[in-house]
Amino acid sequence: MTALTFTLRAQPPERLDLSPLTPQGLAGLDRRAIAAIRIGQSKLGSTVGDNFRISGNDPNQIVFDGGSSRFDGVGAGLAEGAIRVVGDVGAQAGRAMRGGQLTIEGDAGTHAGSCMRGGRLEILGSAGDHLGAPLAGELAGMNGGVLVVRGRAGAFAADRMRRGLIAVLKGCGDHAGSRMIAGTLVVAGGAGEMPGYLMRRGSILLDRAPRSLSPSFVECGAPDSVFATLADRHLIAEGILKRPLLGKAPHRYGGDNAVLGLGEILFPA
Amino acid sequence: MSRLTVNGVAIDDTFAEAFGMRATALVITGPNRKWARQAAVSMTGFATSVIGCGCEAAIDVELASSETPDGRPGCRVMIFAVSTDELQKQLQNRVGQCVLTSPGSACFAGMEGPTQLKLGAALRYFGDGWQISKKLGGKHYWRVPVMDGEFVCEATVGMTKEAVGGGNLLLLAGSNDKALAAAEAAVDAIGQVRGAILPFPGGIVRSGSKVGGKYKGMMASTNDAFAPTLRGVTKSELEPGVNAVLEIVIDGETSDAVAAAMRAGIKVVTDLGPEKGALRISAGNYGGKLGKFHYHLKDLLP
Repeated sequence: MTALTFTLRAQPPERLDLSPLTPQGLAGLDRRAIAAIRIGQSKLGSTVGDNFRISGNDPNQIVFDGGSSRFDGVGAGLAEGAIRVVGDVGAQAGRAMRGGQLTIEGDAGTHAGSCMRGGRLEILGSAGDHLGAPLAGELAGMNGGVLVVRGRAGAFAADRMRRGLIAVLKGCGDHAGSRMIAGTLVVAGGAGEMPGYLMRRGSILLDRAPRSLSPSFVECGAPDSVFATLADRHLIAEGILKRPLLGKAPHRYGGDNAVLGLGEILFPA
Repeated sequence: MSRLTVNGVAIDDTFAEAFGMRATALVITGPNRKWARQAAVSMTGFATSVIGCGCEAAIDVELASSETPDGRPGCRVMIFAVSTDELQKQLQNRVGQCVLTSPGSACFAGMEGPTQLKLGAALRYFGDGWQISKKLGGKHYWRVPVMDGEFVCEATVGMTKEAVGGGNLLLLAGSNDKALAAAEAAVDAIGQVRGAILPFPGGIVRSGSKVGGKYKGMMASTNDAFAPTLRGVTKSELEPGVNAVLEIVIDGETSDAVAAAMRAGIKVVTDLGPEKGALRISAGNYGGKLGKFHYHLKDLLP
């Protein structure tokens, strides 16, 4: 069995919804049936076969050879198996995924990992705004699993996050962790304005003091923290970071007291 | 009773009789070795026998910084009880009163198992609403704010039903000094065996007991057959020349751990020889009908 590979023929003429192309979506389908799946989102309505050359036969290992910012919904709802994209993707990559592994070797658009509940999503490039965040009208964002962005993330990363771990390694935009309900957001490389804006609970771990904070955050000292050590060791053991982020006794700010106020922002002393 | 002799030390042809128990293990860490050990010692205090203490507990091994979840010095402690409910109660009370209270401590699961006991999941209420739940890599921790920062405690710990309590060795010597020398050597040797603890003070019991007694309500009373001052007036097990007997009681995570501990103890006591240590090694049993596990000394010789 070799990985089921979709090789991009040319830049797609329209936005593509690739959410049907997951291990569970393709289980039991032969190559002809897969090629006939409609993925085009304009009146062109192109199929998988129009856009990709298909090879391999193991639907539990899916590879997209070649990417595009027009690839929407890659790995959406993924429950098991692995998907790898050699290139960029568009919006909502890994949205609502529940398990398995999704690796994007290029950049991702907005709402990557939106409302994911389990599994691991790794973006080797950068991610757009609303990383792990809910779509309009949804009450909670990421609800479990691990989301790693090796590059930079846009604004509102981890918005309304409830559970799980998000790590952004080369900095992120404004309002990271806004409206967080719980969970852990790690940002190395600097966060933008007002991280943790209106967060209720949860932890935002930074590699440096935040540039600005909402005035409803309060300083909470820097006692020795076993949790900081556990978090540092976990991030290194998971291959997310190479060296400790927080150290033994990080500074702590509590907030956002404009809402529940049980969240925290930690950064090295 | 027929006897073997190893290096001049007589070995009785008898067996130790032990019982199935429930057990769990914790890893307790602290800011340095002294305070990690202090939390563990306090937590395992007054835990010599299930008869009067509700559980039996002791430090299994000390752990280097590289062996603990938070990279600080620690101890693995084991707790044994006769029922799951009693084990849960003892665990919660002891961690709550002795580990939570100890400066800079943290507490982690030291055992995995299909049955889970509540650890931080019960102690979190001390946080009075300020406690924080954290899940990292499949582990669930509770962070409870306290006056020196935070008490971090894993939510649950596994439990084993395969544990064994009551493995023992009786060391019979010509003098108290020699009995103590033999017993201390055995304690040191058994300390190297992982998964086996010695719950009595310093690992040694001087008041071995028999079941029942002449007074109503006494579950256990002095083991007069091994008490040297009663040699002339009771049906004694002691020959002339024996003036002190000390017992080593062993609880193990598994039956194999108890056997390994007894083997290690017998080896070091026979190596010490009768001139410096014990003249004879025996073991305590109840005729073989009460305990499921029998450890024959002749099977455990070096």
